[in-house]
Amino acid sequence: MNKQPLSSGLSERDMVRSRLAKTLRRRHARERRFRLAGVVSVGLALACVLLLFGSILQRGLPAFWQSSIQLPIYFDPEIIRVDAAPQPLPDEPPVEFQRRQLEWQGQLARSNWQRLLTLGVQQLYPEQQIQPRHAQALFTRAVQHQLREMFAADPGLLGQTLELSLLADANVDVWLRGKIDRSLPDAQQQLAAPVRALADQLQADGHIKLKFASALFGNADSRSSPASAGLLGAFVGSLYMLAVVLLVAVPVGVGAAIYLEEFAPKSRWIDLIEVNINNLAAVPSIVFGLLGAALFINWFRLPMSAPLVGGLVLSLMALPTVIIATRAALQAVPGTIRQAALAMGASRTQAVFHHVLPLALPGVLTGAILAVAQSLGETAPLLLIGMNAFVANVPASPLDQSSALSVQIFLWQGHELRNFFEARTAAAIIVLLSLMISLNAVAIYLRKRLENKWS
Amino acid sequence: MNSTMLAIILLAVTALAYQFGLLRSTRQGRTLAREQVHSRPVYHAAWLAICCGTPGLLVLLLWSALEPLLIRNWLLASWPELLGGPAETAGTILMRRLQELAGGADNATALELAAAQQLGQLQTWAALGKTALVALASAGGLIWAARRMNATFKARHQVERMVRTLLLGCSAVAVLTTLGIVLSMVSEAFNFFSFIRPSEFFFGTKWNPAFSSTGNTHGEYGLLPLLWGTLMVSLIAMLVAIPLGLMTAIYMAEYAPAWFRDMAKPVIEILAGIPTIVYGIFALMAVGPFFAAAGELLGIQVRATSALTAGVVMGLMIIPFVSSLSDDIITRVPQALRDGALGLGATRSECIRQVVLPAALPGIVGAFLLAFSRAIGETMIVVLAAGNSPQLHANPLEAISTVTVSIINQLTGDTDFAGPQSLVAFALGLTLFVITLALNVIALYVVRKYREHYE
Repeated sequence: MNKQPLSSGLSERDMVRSRLAKTLRRRHARERRFRLAGVVSVGLALACVLLLFGSILQRGLPAFWQSSIQLPIYFDPEIIRVDAAPQPLPDEPPVEFQRRQLEWQGQLARSNWQRLLTLGVQQLYPEQQIQPRHAQALFTRAVQHQLREMFAADPGLLGQTLELSLLADANVDVWLRGKIDRSLPDAQQQLAAPVRALADQLQADGHIKLKFASALFGNADSRSSPASAGLLGAFVGSLYMLAVVLLVAVPVGVGAAIYLEEFAPKSRWIDLIEVNINNLAAVPSIVFGLLGAALFINWFRLPMSAPLVGGLVLSLMALPTVIIATRAALQAVPGTIRQAALAMGASRTQAVFHHVLPLALPGVLTGAILAVAQSLGETAPLLLIGMNAFVANVPASPLDQSSALSVQIFLWQGHELRNFFEARTAAAIIVLLSLMISLNAVAIYLRKRLENKWS
Repeated sequence: MNSTMLAIILLAVTALAYQFGLLRSTRQGRTLAREQVHSRPVYHAAWLAICCGTPGLLVLLLWSALEPLLIRNWLLASWPELLGGPAETAGTILMRRLQELAGGADNATALELAAAQQLGQLQTWAALGKTALVALASAGGLIWAARRMNATFKARHQVERMVRTLLLGCSAVAVLTTLGIVLSMVSEAFNFFSFIRPSEFFFGTKWNPAFSSTGNTHGEYGLLPLLWGTLMVSLIAMLVAIPLGLMTAIYMAEYAPAWFRDMAKPVIEILAGIPTIVYGIFALMAVGPFFAAAGELLGIQVRATSALTAGVVMGLMIIPFVSSLSDDIITRVPQALRDGALGLGATRSECIRQVVLPAALPGIVGAFLLAFSRAIGETMIVVLAAGNSPQLHANPLEAISTVTVSIINQLTGDTDFAGPQSLVAFALGLTLFVITLALNVIALYVVRKYREHYE
């Protein structure tokens, strides 16, 4: 009788214990699962970064090298039928000399430069019957202009043979890289069968070399000669816009931030401005594009596709970011600095401009550079103000028609020569990202270099 | 004399005025006792320079803005017989022609030549008038300022007031931008509603804007398919971003050791700095084909460009946004709450789920709303990866179109805001602006309310 409750008490305690152990196990398992979920999501997020960069690099890096064909070109006097290059005569007016030069250029343009290429290829394989159009299809269009310009720069080349390395056509490049299914029937191939055979033969004989794609950096976009289409025009356009943003958004934004942080009286109007700035920072970029189209293009009649207009639109977009960053930098300056300056008899304006602002400068600069870098990647608003126009030359001023790096990426991804431009698009992305990363690096360097240590 | 030249001279004169002010105030100051002098010489000089430069600059800007307009109106009014068509376009062509003629081109009719001559005369007079007026304004300002100047003059107060006004003007730019957005959207949207009834736009279920040159058929402009597409893509994005972003934030804030946090956080934040066009290309080249291939394996037809592709990639883009905002909010939850829960024997996950998250919930909801408004306004990802098919359907594996995509499609490269085809972009933009603004206002309100809660 005595032992019964004891044993049952023991068993009850055991039961409680085992129940506790069970719930504890369950709770710990849940804890582990929760933690695992955390690790997995961090892992996934990191994997996304890797995947993004990996896929862009894997696609884009090959585009920095391009097939070019190495062969001797004979500047045949039979084909290049021009007079001697004009020299300025002693008592000739400059207009006359210019006219003669133009005439000479015209003669150059009328010469059959493609024929030089044909002969060059035929010379390599004299035993084969190579048709001119097949030989010419190997090279990209810009090659003829390249030959002409070489000759114009040095007319002494007439009658000489030069070992040249000439850019291959876009389709040839893709074919040689094995990016085209070789088993496709002729009807679906971009290149005629003899051209493909010729390209393979040239490669087998070591006439094809992968050379650094200097065209990518040295040329503007091109329609007629896709293999030599480059980013220079878009790059310069982006630089102009960058300059406009730096000149407009940064001073105005910093000024606004100084006013709001240091001078503004507490009033409903100022509250309104603050709410307004916070909301402006979250307005979708495309809305700024619409504003630009309506305001700058439709009302002010500024030119379409001009980097100046693009820069103004991006400035309005970057403004809230600059203001918020500058305010944060100003807030970080301890109040004692202001008080000390005021106590020494400085006016408030003097306290701000002589003491607070110089101390906040590293933060202001960093914020401004980051905002500018971010605006560099914007695309949608630029499309709305016509920056997607095809522009084949490098803009000489911010009012000329131009493209931008981000828009060039958009244009190239839609190019009909899909096989070739997929790599070019990715390469353009690499250039854009490098530019942004270097701007960010400058910002980080400045922050590290100029950092003030309070405390 | 052209405007650039004039501006440079004006700048030089202003610099001279500054030097003059410096010398003069120093000399004036010597005649008085130290206590009687109010401002330092630099302030006198700055005041003089501002008084000299500003009126000249204002006159120059105003004149440059008005001159072409006035000359054009004058010429078109005095030579109506040269105008070949409606004043708007033919006038522009005529002006360009006359400019060329005035610059010295040949093959013109006598009438044209006479008009061109008049244009040349007008321009000469205008240049003279401009120079004279700018000189007058600057000299007037300088003399007025110089006469007020003496050693007791409170130049510093004047200069500081001007600086403050300038700063206030800078902050006003932000307000003006918002005003500009609202005004331009509303006015152009009203133009659109004069073609299409608002009820047809807001409740229409068909989107088919016909581009017709005759202008009799306008096409159908139903907003609902686009709004539905926007909603679907954004919801998919949130489904990706919320779990991943929130779990990342929780892991980073509660579990991760400091070294891991320091390393992983910047890497994830890289995702936030990548331009959206890059995400679009990533979706188009990597994610879309992957989904299509995966669907093929499973026997489901998945399009490479679909709501799913766009949504998932957009979700990736928003992850850092959600995670850094949530992280910020979670770390703000007072440590005492955690200590209490852990002290009572809760596991860490229980503490997080039952104490920390409920406490942080309002802030996290605010973060989600901000992220959602971002997803709604996102453009380039959907332009590239959503497939552009404005249909009302609920299948995320099919192509879809969104409000932002349609804005791009309707307005890109179009300056002629005459028909509903391009004006509809502003009605869409207004809708987008209102939706994102509402989301932001709510979100900011919630977040601010929450912050006050624990501070």
